[in-house]
Amino acid sequence: MAINPFANSGNSGSITRPPSSAERATDSIFRAVAYVCALLIIVLVAFILWEIGKKAVPAMADHGLGFWVGTTWDTNNGVFGVLPEIWGTLYSSLLALLVGGVFGIAIAIFLTQDFIHDRVASTFRTIVELLAAIPSVVYGLWGIYVLIPMIRPGAEWLHAHFSWFPLFGSDLSGPGMAPAALVLAIMILPTVAAISVDAFRRIPYKVKEAAYGMGTTKWEAILKVMLPTASSGILAALVLGFGRALGETMALAMLIGNSNQISLSLFAPANTLASLLASNFPEAGPIEVQALMYAALVLLLITFAVNIIGLGIQQYTMRKFEGKA
Amino acid sequence: MTSPRLFTSAALVGSVVAMLSAPAAFADVKLNGSGASFPAPIYAKWFKDFSKETKGIRVDYQSKGSGAGIQDLINGVVDFAGSDAAMNDEEIAKVEQGVVLLPMTAGEVVIAYNLEGVDELRLPRDVYPAIFGGTITRWNDPKIVAANPGVELPDEAITVVVRSDSSGTSYVFTGHLSAVSEEFKNTVGKAKAPNWPSSDKIIKAPKNDGVTAQIKQIPGSIGYIEYGFAKLTGQPTALLENQQGKFIAPGPEGGAATLASIRFPDATLPVSGAPDLRAWAWDPEGADDYPIVSMTWLLLYHDQDDDKAEALHKLVNYLTSDEAQGQADGLGYIPLPAAVTEKVQAALSFVK
Repeated sequence: MAINPFANSGNSGSITRPPSSAERATDSIFRAVAYVCALLIIVLVAFILWEIGKKAVPAMADHGLGFWVGTTWDTNNGVFGVLPEIWGTLYSSLLALLVGGVFGIAIAIFLTQDFIHDRVASTFRTIVELLAAIPSVVYGLWGIYVLIPMIRPGAEWLHAHFSWFPLFGSDLSGPGMAPAALVLAIMILPTVAAISVDAFRRIPYKVKEAAYGMGTTKWEAILKVMLPTASSGILAALVLGFGRALGETMALAMLIGNSNQISLSLFAPANTLASLLASNFPEAGPIEVQALMYAALVLLLITFAVNIIGLGIQQYTMRKFEGKA
Repeated sequence: MTSPRLFTSAALVGSVVAMLSAPAAFADVKLNGSGASFPAPIYAKWFKDFSKETKGIRVDYQSKGSGAGIQDLINGVVDFAGSDAAMNDEEIAKVEQGVVLLPMTAGEVVIAYNLEGVDELRLPRDVYPAIFGGTITRWNDPKIVAANPGVELPDEAITVVVRSDSSGTSYVFTGHLSAVSEEFKNTVGKAKAPNWPSSDKIIKAPKNDGVTAQIKQIPGSIGYIEYGFAKLTGQPTALLENQQGKFIAPGPEGGAATLASIRFPDATLPVSGAPDLRAWAWDPEGADDYPIVSMTWLLLYHDQDDDKAEALHKLVNYLTSDEAQGQADGLGYIPLPAAVTEKVQAALSFVK
């Protein structure tokens, strides 16, 4: 007979006991459910890729890699290219990340590094997170009716005095890169701020104590100790924010001007992949739908690439600043 | 061996007949439609009124665009569809049981603009296609100044606002511009999603309301929208020069004049044999005609269940009645002339 180490534990008066069969069952059921859910997510991503890819195959065969570098989208003649949209997507998202990232991280530092009382900070944080609850179309309308008139005088002045500088090369007629990127920055702000706040909160208190103990000033502690220690979390925030910016549709369709051109100018209209999809899908014929599916695939691939690169940078900083593998 | 099978098939036929005839007597008939967004507001009003007045028939309409409506009709997922461009021969050929195309109401496409202090703007025939073709780019262009004596036109760039989505409105607008200007036809052409020139001064916005909002917000802008939207928002609209050289303001009078001059082709549709009621006036000839007017069509199957056919007959008869057509003007549409509604009612007999 095998020796059962738990045989006597039940009646020895100790509170330790082997898991009951019901507990065992719950445990294994939970494990199974968790596995299935995790698997389903992977299957879902694969399924989306498969479905879009399948429908894009005819367009891929027709247009090949020329699709990536073509600059016209002409349904009537069946000429499709998405270079202006790729450019617009990346450019607007990068600008948004620049603005939203700086403000988001600044907000996170402000809320976590003892600048204001904790209770005020949590109210503040809730307000910033509320920004995420505003529907995209409301941002679009706000952009058209409030933001564009607001930035118009500044844009006109910049164009009048610095038109030799490529960023201000054209005058703002209304919708364009600048209003789109600004609205996008506000939209990714809650994501960047919330996750950065968590990254700062995760730093053990003793790290700060140690920094102060070594005689740093407050700003030295923040910039040279806290920020690098939180950097992997902040990078994760930026990657998520960038992903959100890449896929944003409605507000951009209303604000970017949907013009298929490549321009460095902040005030010129441009177009993005998501906006192209949203504008053209409802009335697209079969040939155009294939091209749109191809464009959707391009957007997916760009998003994947951005996420993977972001993950890589995050791992690198984690190793460098936090000493984790 | 044969008799039991005969018996079952007879029973089957019997039950099928019972199933088919039962709803006609007792249950509600539900008509599902989808398509053009341009007539959606007036359809919503009409279908609501009709469903209220007619016991036992419910009509639902999803406004998702002319192209999508045609697709739905071809795929057989709706009972009827709406389209601003009717259906082309290729599309008609895809519907095996045949189609009947009936014009229901009409609209105008207007050119709205945003210029401070300019209440009346006249645009000659050689000017407005050039503005949208990107060759006239400033408000103080000599051609615009010459047509508008006494009007102070600013030395400003023209910002052109066009549709970013594929649309029947664009089709009608570019159709007219292509008929007027050979150059426009060769560079942009007639299409639901035209290939507009790329420029910092050509901006695309989604839907009629998107274009209207942008025109309202951008000083020095110009764009094309449906008459109803201009009426609703009070945005100033340009007077357009017609073929006879007269400048006509958009509105019910000019629209009615154009509609009265539309000639229908003397042909019938394949399979259904219904009269072909597809007609456009790309460049109307009358002296009082507003130049950009188009009808919008209801697309019906030639052959369907009897109860549905009966319901569709009732529906179309209501829509072409004076009561329904009389509401068109208030909603920013143009009522069909009696000559057209008579033709529609005659063509209705091909819906079975």
